[in-house]
Amino acid sequence: MAPAPASRAAASLRVEPLGDEALLVVLGEGIDGAVNDRVHHFAGLLQGSALPGLRDLVPAYATLAVHYDPAAWADFGQTPYAALAAALERIWRTAGGAAPLPGRVVEIPVCYGGQYGPDLGEMALHRGMAEADLIARHAADAYRVFMLGFAPGFAYLGGLAPGLAAPRRATPRARVPAGSVAIAGLQTGIYALETPGGWQIIGRTPLRLFDPSLDPPCLLRPGDRVQFRPIPESAFP
Amino acid sequence: MSIRVQSPGLLTTLQDLGRHGHEHLGVGPGGAMDPVSHRLASLLVGNPPELPSLEITLSGPVLDFAEDALIALAGADLAPEADGLPVPLWRPVLVRAGTRLRFGKALDGCRCYLAVAGGFNVPPVLGSAGTCLAAGFGGFHGRALRAGDCLESGPPPPDRYPGLQRRFQREPRAVLSLGWFVPWFQELEFRRPAGLRLIPGPHWPLLGPAARERLLGEPFRVASDSDRMGLRLRGPSLALDHPVEPVSAGVATGTLQLPPGGGPILLMADRQTTGGYPRLGELATVDLPSAGQLRPGEALRFRTVTLEQAQELNLARAARLRDLAVVVAERMLR
Repeated sequence: MAPAPASRAAASLRVEPLGDEALLVVLGEGIDGAVNDRVHHFAGLLQGSALPGLRDLVPAYATLAVHYDPAAWADFGQTPYAALAAALERIWRTAGGAAPLPGRVVEIPVCYGGQYGPDLGEMALHRGMAEADLIARHAADAYRVFMLGFAPGFAYLGGLAPGLAAPRRATPRARVPAGSVAIAGLQTGIYALETPGGWQIIGRTPLRLFDPSLDPPCLLRPGDRVQFRPIPESAFP
Repeated sequence: MSIRVQSPGLLTTLQDLGRHGHEHLGVGPGGAMDPVSHRLASLLVGNPPELPSLEITLSGPVLDFAEDALIALAGADLAPEADGLPVPLWRPVLVRAGTRLRFGKALDGCRCYLAVAGGFNVPPVLGSAGTCLAAGFGGFHGRALRAGDCLESGPPPPDRYPGLQRRFQREPRAVLSLGWFVPWFQELEFRRPAGLRLIPGPHWPLLGPAARERLLGEPFRVASDSDRMGLRLRGPSLALDHPVEPVSAGVATGTLQLPPGGGPILLMADRQTTGGYPRLGELATVDLPSAGQLRPGEALRFRTVTLEQAQELNLARAARLRDLAVVVAERMLR
């Protein structure tokens, strides 16, 4: 699929340092599917490249963090950062445009409210909605996985209806159970592990999102579309 | 079984140089909080740095050695002793079967690394034997050591320090070490108040001149809720002149975050992979060991360094470690 020339021209790349062993490639701003497509496209290009000394590539909404070994970029008559940044810019200039990131539709069963979604009641009350309507609204849309990050397997999902947006809790919870489905701002996400967390928790899935003994260890991949399906409390094992 | 954990200490985990190549899954690097001391302990017993050592935090464990072992301790001086005799740091040490190794009062630093020749027999997970405490995998069953655990390791390889091993056969002592040692505690600078070098980051200009002056002029303290994920710092109040809410992006070990309304947080080994708080900058990698050796309540100061200088220091440290590896390898043959 050929990208529109206008979007190609707008797709400039900016590199900034992230300490002396990493840098950040900035490919746009905000939470935007087209920008995020470019991020994952560029990550794929670097993965397939023969660039030496790359330790980790971390695609996020609009940026790609590149963790590198400076010793692998030390002998080019400039700083390792400048040498690697120049190599990245060369790759970007000769790269084709980013096609939309391919992905699967992944259905996630969720038990909303009650003990599994302690913040659902207050969120519904605050909006003057019935809990059932809020659940139906959240489960109606499919959400794009923009990135995995923060903690192992945590999936950042975008595309939340503005009517469902909610601020982070003033005081984060010390423990959010694994599988919790939560909302913060215009993002919805799934906690893959029991961690501390400040998002509003509306439900929980019995699915395991991260298992280090599996290959791949994460259930979700960037580009996937997540479709939530309400399940009753009795369906929760 | 070769090392039995009589008591586990405050927080004793297996750590290595970290887990690379999985940050895109949200799996951070982890690894030793003071990676250089881990490297040195490993180097002294002839282990590649990919093999884990025990990271011992402040209050150390009591370990019973069931077999002879070649070990080295590096990092914080937690007053180690074997059957009542002090065990020196920064050098190879032979430990006899039946010896009890324990730690006393923490004299300086926060984390001591114990390497055993041949490493510990644990399976790597996602390419590393380091312990990921948050997700409960890697290292020894994904957790810190507990009383009753048994760590498996090998006997002293006969080709390492043969002269020392011959003396060990003749002299009926619990532990025997070389007088020769690698004095890297000076290089690592955790015996004096830390002046940590910060490479200013993208949101640095959003700190007003007065806040910048406070950050560089006044001391901070490491709060008691600091851990392997990050050092929470208490000190002068800092606020951005123009608040920003960046969307989540990659962070690094050593990133200094400034959450709104809170003190700055210095991200450490068990950091998250991405973060959404403003970034004041990153520590020069050469100062990560000093940061990893800070104890709760201890004071630190920041000074700035350019990226160019930080990369020069980084490469110079790597070269010194390579040179040292050659010296130690030669010494190990005698």
